[in-house]
Amino acid sequence: MDLYGYGGALAAGTVGTIKIMMMSLVVGLVSGMVGAGAKLSGVKALSLVTDAWTIIIRGVPELILVLFVYFGGSIIISQGAALMGFDIYIEINPMVAAVFTLGLVYGAYATDVFRVSILAVAKGELEAARAIGMGRAKVFFRILFPQIWRYALPGLGNLFMILQKDTALVSVIGMNELMRNASQAVANTRKPFTFYITAALIYLGITTITSLALHFMEQRANRGVGTVS
Amino acid sequence: MDMELIRECLPQLIDGTLLTLKLVGITMIAGLILAVPLALMRNATSKLLSLPAYAYIYFFRGTPLLVQLFIIYYGFSQFEWIRNSFLWIFLGDSYWCSVIAFTLNTAAYAGEIIRGAILSVQKGQIEAAISVGMSRFQIYKRIITPQAGLIAVPGYSNEVVLMMKGTSLASTVALLEITGITRNLIAETFMPIELFFIAGCIYMVLSTVFIFILSLVEKRLSRFRAATTA
Repeated sequence: MDLYGYGGALAAGTVGTIKIMMMSLVVGLVSGMVGAGAKLSGVKALSLVTDAWTIIIRGVPELILVLFVYFGGSIIISQGAALMGFDIYIEINPMVAAVFTLGLVYGAYATDVFRVSILAVAKGELEAARAIGMGRAKVFFRILFPQIWRYALPGLGNLFMILQKDTALVSVIGMNELMRNASQAVANTRKPFTFYITAALIYLGITTITSLALHFMEQRANRGVGTVS
Repeated sequence: MDMELIRECLPQLIDGTLLTLKLVGITMIAGLILAVPLALMRNATSKLLSLPAYAYIYFFRGTPLLVQLFIIYYGFSQFEWIRNSFLWIFLGDSYWCSVIAFTLNTAAYAGEIIRGAILSVQKGQIEAAISVGMSRFQIYKRIITPQAGLIAVPGYSNEVVLMMKGTSLASTVALLEITGITRNLIAETFMPIELFFIAGCIYMVLSTVFIFILSLVEKRLSRFRAATTA
């Protein structure tokens, strides 16, 4: 396909997109685990905050959230600084806004995936592990974690595929990623179909590779389970 | 919060909300109409039927909605023969392009939900229906649809909320639904925090209402369950 010399720009955009995906995934996994811990902690205040977070994310479009963090974030930070007596204006970097927002969206949904997976591990196994003298850390790494991983992987994988598609939204705040670079190529060449279809195929390639990788990871996580008939 | 701001912006926000509702309503209905044959094709034994449906669902679920919208709204303008044909009445208009993009997208997701629901009906029931001499149509009408419908509702209600959130993308092709209006109002007033907060609240109310309505639908569809267990 003839890309009118914009092949390099699209490749750079793809790299940017993958960067946002991976960084948001890390923020999402960490915040999701923290959220699950908060919900299971039994501390009312913590589970209330987590509930509010998940309800907001479920009900409000990602586009509004990205715009709010990007345009509202610097105002909130500056006003907060003013309250503490500093007179500064901090402009939020689009990358920070994008990763923060997409990460927290992923984390909100991941919270429930982790929570359910933790609860799915049979209590007797944990008690048995304690009974034979394993320490807390050992119980976590040998008994709890491998099973949480197995239960959570399909859900986390689905969320990751949704996250990958959501990254296209951050083009609205001027991130240099695939969608924005495609739009710039369109503005200069007036070939919208060529570039948006190419972008679509690149996204399709990314989601296809991800789903294949997830399939293998799930198989590996399930090894030794359910083969006895 | 500034009550004056809310009072000034309210009429426009109501207009935006009505447009969002209109988009969601049309998309939901048109999407379902497309999704049912899509699900049936995907389940068909003939590769000639199942492969196109598979490819369609694969493309629309594997690419971002924003790209799909841009291909439809900006992309087709690249071809002169489309610009000169009657298709341009729809493809040259941001409202119709949004409706088309959202419909095609939601049909793919809803098609998968319906397909899964149809497959979840127990095989024994269908065999029993065949053995008492029901026709294919009768089996779908009496055995599969009532049960699959009920199974599909929770997944579909999720999809409706996601679709409603997705309509905010229409603002990127200059449609003045809730997000578009909000961005305009912010450009005028420069109050992003207040206005995005209000917009977020409207969306949350809408999604709550949609979930509630669909839970009523689920209740109604599960009547037969209540009758058999009573």
